[in-house]
Amino acid sequence: MAAVTPLLLLLLLSSAPSFSSGSRNAYNINGRVKIPQGLGLGTKGYALPGRMSNVKVLLNGGQNITFLRPDGYFSFHNIPAGTHLIEVSAIGYFFSPVRVDVSARTPGKVQAALTENRKGLSELVLEPLREEQYYEIREPFSIMSLLKSPMGLMVGFMLAVAFLMPKLVENMDLEEMRRAQEEMRSQGVPSLSSLLPGGAMN
Amino acid sequence: MAIRSFFLFILFFSSSLSPVFSLYEDQVGLMDWHQQYIGKVKQAVFSSQRAGRKRVVVSTEENVIASLDLRHGEIFWRHLLGADDVIDGIDIGLGKYVITLSSGGSILRSWNLPDGQMVWESSLQGPKHSKSFLLVPTNLKFDKDNVLVVFSNGRLHAISCIDGEVLWKKDFEAESFEVQQVILPPGSDLIHVVGFAALSQFEMYQINAKNGELLKHESASFSSGFSGQVSLVSTETVVALDSTGSILLTISFQDGKISSQQTPISNLVEDSLGPAVIIPSSVSGIFAIKTDAVTIFIRVIGKGNLEVVEKTTHEIAVSDALSISEDQQAFALIQHASSEIHLTVKLAHDWDGNLLKESVKMDRQRGLVHKVFINNYIRTDRSYGFRVLIVMEDHSLLLLQQGEIVWSREDGLASIIDVTTSELPVERDGVSVAKVEHNLFEWLKGHMLKLKGTLMLASPEDMAAIQSMRLKSSEKSKMTRDHNGFRKLLIVLTRAGKLFALHTGDGRIVWSYLLRSLHKSEACQSPIGLNLYQWQVPHHHAMDENPSVLVVSRCGPSSDTSGVLSFVDTYTGKELSSLSLDHAVVQVIPLPYTDSTEQRLHLLIDADKHAHLYPKTSGALSIFKREFSNIYWYSVEDQNGIIKGHALKCKCTGEVADEFCFDTRDLWSVVFPSESEKTIATVTRKLNEVVHTQAKVVADQDVMYKYISRNLLFVATVAPKGSGEIGSVTPEESWLVAYLIDTVTGRILHRVTHHGSQGPVHAVFSENWVVYHYFNLRAHRYEMSVIEIYDQSRADNKDVWKLVLGKHNLTSPISLFSRPEVITKSQSYFFTHSLKAIAVTSTAKGITSKQLLLGTIGDQVLALDKRFLDPRRTVNPTQLEKEEGIIPLTESLPIIPQSYVTHALRVEGLRGIITVPAKLESTTLVFAHGVDLFFTQLAPSRTYDSLTEDFSYALLLITIVALVAAIFVTWRLSERKELQEKWR
Repeated sequence: MAAVTPLLLLLLLSSAPSFSSGSRNAYNINGRVKIPQGLGLGTKGYALPGRMSNVKVLLNGGQNITFLRPDGYFSFHNIPAGTHLIEVSAIGYFFSPVRVDVSARTPGKVQAALTENRKGLSELVLEPLREEQYYEIREPFSIMSLLKSPMGLMVGFMLAVAFLMPKLVENMDLEEMRRAQEEMRSQGVPSLSSLLPGGAMN
Repeated sequence: MAIRSFFLFILFFSSSLSPVFSLYEDQVGLMDWHQQYIGKVKQAVFSSQRAGRKRVVVSTEENVIASLDLRHGEIFWRHLLGADDVIDGIDIGLGKYVITLSSGGSILRSWNLPDGQMVWESSLQGPKHSKSFLLVPTNLKFDKDNVLVVFSNGRLHAISCIDGEVLWKKDFEAESFEVQQVILPPGSDLIHVVGFAALSQFEMYQINAKNGELLKHESASFSSGFSGQVSLVSTETVVALDSTGSILLTISFQDGKISSQQTPISNLVEDSLGPAVIIPSSVSGIFAIKTDAVTIFIRVIGKGNLEVVEKTTHEIAVSDALSISEDQQAFALIQHASSEIHLTVKLAHDWDGNLLKESVKMDRQRGLVHKVFINNYIRTDRSYGFRVLIVMEDHSLLLLQQGEIVWSREDGLASIIDVTTSELPVERDGVSVAKVEHNLFEWLKGHMLKLKGTLMLASPEDMAAIQSMRLKSSEKSKMTRDHNGFRKLLIVLTRAGKLFALHTGDGRIVWSYLLRSLHKSEACQSPIGLNLYQWQVPHHHAMDENPSVLVVSRCGPSSDTSGVLSFVDTYTGKELSSLSLDHAVVQVIPLPYTDSTEQRLHLLIDADKHAHLYPKTSGALSIFKREFSNIYWYSVEDQNGIIKGHALKCKCTGEVADEFCFDTRDLWSVVFPSESEKTIATVTRKLNEVVHTQAKVVADQDVMYKYISRNLLFVATVAPKGSGEIGSVTPEESWLVAYLIDTVTGRILHRVTHHGSQGPVHAVFSENWVVYHYFNLRAHRYEMSVIEIYDQSRADNKDVWKLVLGKHNLTSPISLFSRPEVITKSQSYFFTHSLKAIAVTSTAKGITSKQLLLGTIGDQVLALDKRFLDPRRTVNPTQLEKEEGIIPLTESLPIIPQSYVTHALRVEGLRGIITVPAKLESTTLVFAHGVDLFFTQLAPSRTYDSLTEDFSYALLLITIVALVAAIFVTWRLSERKELQEKWR
């Protein structure tokens, strides 16, 4: 395990020293999810079903769940000091989980890093690492794909035999061909026409 | 079985690295279906918007808030809150915001009504835990800003409706003060907070709504104390019951003066009824009390004079009040009468006059009405019409209007407890139940359309028609068994105690049955369903019998309450019989034996460690006696960290002596030290799993033998400190230990410690491997590990000569009592997401390669090839290993978007994934359930034994035609040539 990037910068964050009895060390984590415009519109009219209102932000594997405000901001309230994990669930995008350290010694300071690529975040702004395409893209009809299919190969081979073979035969020496034909006749190799029904009538 | 020999060849082909599960967008819905639910409705608020589509906003016991279309019952939008984020109250503010109070009154959120976008979120703290109230006054303004009044955690807040800012707050710190009601008298700027203190003190606070200033505080003591809830009968009067439940206290606090009156219930009703409880209602002037058998409605006249208006023994449900004009309130009342329900709408001050009286036929399988919500609309003749939303015992939601059920939603399916499957009837004359057989013309038309489609001549409308035809294909939704085993019934047991049979083809409900044995009765106070088992699966000699399932339930939440068994026919959905047991059910062990009528033998272990055999027939007993000494099982005691192995001893002794009862003995126990280890997960192999081959051929023509035993148990323990949430422990203090234990001998076959790791652990056991998912605190990422276990005692059978000369030990009997020589191989990888569930595909013969199905935190199901979790992966595999299909080792497991089996859908609130083999070896059926349901077919190694859905029949036809044409052309040519030859 390579050392975690030391570039973890300090983060904003209002600490909320709590008033209540039990939870003395409770802090807030505030952040923002940013989905770049245009990222969603790229590929082949593939409509994204997930809108901003369907994005969920999850803390520590679902211990707390929150949603985004219209401007993409989110917050978790009353979080104890320690190292936490934030995940973003959005259909159509791949988000890296984020490791967030809420420090008890220096209240209100938060450090964050993406766990997928160990990149430090200077602000808790989460952006998708990539888009997710859930469907295969159907290739448009093309002659090549038709020819490459087993049927295409079969037809191709047949055509090759039917039209190229005579050509090859033509290029042979006349003498040789005649000899070969005679040989065939003497052996009584049935011709194609005699094999077919009706062909035998001739 | 030509196909059989073809398999291996094909398997080689399919071992390319591309995602195996992949779908084109137009194939959505062909093999899969997805159903969205919300759960049992707790509260409903009707949107009063005049324009636009009528909506109702609901909150449910599954922590869902949803906006439903009032006309059809469809979901406009929906949000599933966290598991601990229980919704306390919802309301609509300013006509366009949905306000929700959740998490015991500590989170207040506002959602945009049209699209469900969250607008703001506030966290509300307070000095102590208390009841919480959410009030949305219509007339209270604060600098042109509408105000919400929230009481939670012992503090009263006034909050701006626009941005969630707290305008003022007021603490109620008195140690013993328990708030009962928060009242906003209309047309004034006052807030009344009433409650009890020190059990016998009634307290009333009057607060200025503008600034939170305390205006008045009055208290009065009642020596008899209070019990239960209070009911508000007017803005200045509440009714409570004394601690004995027999005297009604009418307390009024007009102008800040507390006055009270006591009325014994026996004065109102002649016959004494025993202790009563108040049913809270918001109808002014009227409240209801309920005793064991009777519900009594009482009207308050003037200052504390009570009058009984109705007494009924029927089951009854009352709605909240709905104000229909300045001074008139209406409410709805529903009473049951055999197969009908009677709905009456009354005015609050006029009990005898009914605004509306309707009877609606109700399916008995829906049970009783649990909740009623009323809404009004204005008819064309300017009179009032009423519609009511009712929540039934089976958790379904129905809208009644004009004496009819307008729509219904089966929301019981949002809380599935257990799932099993059943085969459909074999197709025979008179058995086919399919109603959607086409006539010849339609059949021809369909095929013409399809032909057009494949020849690319179809117009967009035709394409749409083809698509809908593909989706609605009657073939897949037939009610008979098919060749490939794709059509089955999914039998699901819901938390409401209802059984549903869903058709795998299109997900429709074939039948549903509200278990009578799960109804409340005197013997059984709060029955809960536990598990479903396949009781009778007829084949061979009991072909004429219908298959049936066994539902095991018990009478209370604790495990020592007595059990109830019910047997339900899966074709008809009727209960065959039910048994009230005189013993508890702690563990149910389906045995691998069936009796002469194909009924499976089950062993039920009770709280006193007696084993009871079912079915109680002599045939079953004789089979059982034969296998008496071969039956072993284990039990896990989570609290003490003990795993025990058990076996049967002898017949029961003592007074409960019964032929089918057996004493048991403990064979072994594994005790985990409680100061360092706490069990958090135990997993075994699925009972019905099929393994095709024991041998595994590895790269250098070597053979490894899988250690395949049905009696292997995977146990994961963590340090007690690390059993909490992520972030609550440092890596040094936490570790995770994985064990493989033989459940017959108690021998620990393998043990591995992961330092700096913690739970939750999700694991799956199949064949000779186990895969588990946990959290690595050092890297702060999730990790997945695989352990494979191999049998070394067979390793020297590789010598061909030994096999030829018969000197191998392959046929020697296997006994678990001989010490197995096993070796294990393991490897760990990073994985990005948290998991909610994990499963593995299972196929009919176990030949097809396996895929892991991972239910991620985003409620999607990801298929991951088992080959990615192969402990033999290395960074640089040799050429031989590559040929074998070993993937170069990577640090983390890949997430390929195309291999999400749920594609662009979410199975909201995912809880479990079930896989069932189809008859076709390549295919497995996958059912994922949570709040939503999702079903699909998977082919982990592609469909090598059948043509794919997108197979081009047209191309095949064209090729054949072309070939035939070519034959004739060449024949003509050859004929002509021959003729010329002859002329020459």
